[in-house]
Amino acid sequence: MLAAFLDPLSRWTVPVLLTIILLVGLMKKVKVYDAFVSGAEEGFSIAVKLIPYLVAMMVAISIFRETGAMAIALGFLEPLTKWLGIPGEILPLAIMRPLSGSGALGVATELIQTHGPDSFIGRLASTMQGTTDTTFFVLTIYFGAVGVSRYRYALFTGLLADITSFLASVYFCHLLFL
Amino acid sequence: MFIIVGIGVAAAQGEIHKVTEGAIKGAEMAVAVALGLIGVMALWLGIMRIAQEAGLVNLLAKAARPLMAKLFPSIPSNHPALGHIIMNLSANILGLGSAATPFGMKAMQEMQKLNGNRPVASEAMCTFLALNTSCLTLVPATIISVRVAANSANPTEIVGPTILATAVGMTVAITADWILRTYYRRRGGF
Repeated sequence: MLAAFLDPLSRWTVPVLLTIILLVGLMKKVKVYDAFVSGAEEGFSIAVKLIPYLVAMMVAISIFRETGAMAIALGFLEPLTKWLGIPGEILPLAIMRPLSGSGALGVATELIQTHGPDSFIGRLASTMQGTTDTTFFVLTIYFGAVGVSRYRYALFTGLLADITSFLASVYFCHLLFL
Repeated sequence: MFIIVGIGVAAAQGEIHKVTEGAIKGAEMAVAVALGLIGVMALWLGIMRIAQEAGLVNLLAKAARPLMAKLFPSIPSNHPALGHIIMNLSANILGLGSAATPFGMKAMQEMQKLNGNRPVASEAMCTFLALNTSCLTLVPATIISVRVAANSANPTEIVGPTILATAVGMTVAITADWILRTYYRRRGGF
């Protein structure tokens, strides 16, 4: 019922948005093509400006993962999560989620396929994937785009939100699906 | 920190070559991600420019002023940054991740102007990112399609717990941001 309403919403948003912006632009006599090109040019330079920041972050994460340091970190966390009633299979996803969007999606897809989409693990993985964001990635590109290198408390807040959302996902999945 | 721990682990296991492999893989991936962003960024920032010249962004900023003034007391009302922030959060809520990023970049640029181009994050930026990283998604479209592909009996059943859990995360993020902002102010300067 909810989905019947939400699904068309997500499919119609972009077309409707494009139509409204173009129509209002034409009505207000904006030089639509010129405006688009000058805005788009800016998009190109922003994306290129991001490269050094992204390289720094992704090299660090990639080393952390490839060398097996991540697996060791997971080992340390396992007793804690067992005590909280969190299935151990879900942990790699929890660690991966703030670091890499495509990485997390890969882990989630694998969990869903191995354990089945309607198993507890499959449902929990799906919920977590939709709940939290790739905090490191977002912070790197947003701050990188404007040349800010001192994040102050932004990283802490982001990670705190991720941990809370993760625990809340576990809680609500226990409540609704067990 | 990640690098040093990684190097330490690799050395302890006698697999130091993995550091090199990891570094190169990460660097390649970073450029691929950035280049992949160019098309979408150009598209949406082009569209945004039209919206801006037509006065739509300012209209949006005006409409959401009461809420925004509470969340971002340091941004003057009617500032274009607010319009971009709203566009970014709306795109996030609707699950349009690719559109959200360019809007967010614009918002950051406007806030950086207010910040006097300093390399230190402003309060408004921290609040914005707290909202952004914890933001509600009404339609987690990607994961739903993964569930459909895996033959789930009810692919959208996870929308309920997702919204509930996000609401909790967002509340914590906004509260933490507020507490830290007060704390940092009291400590003075940065």
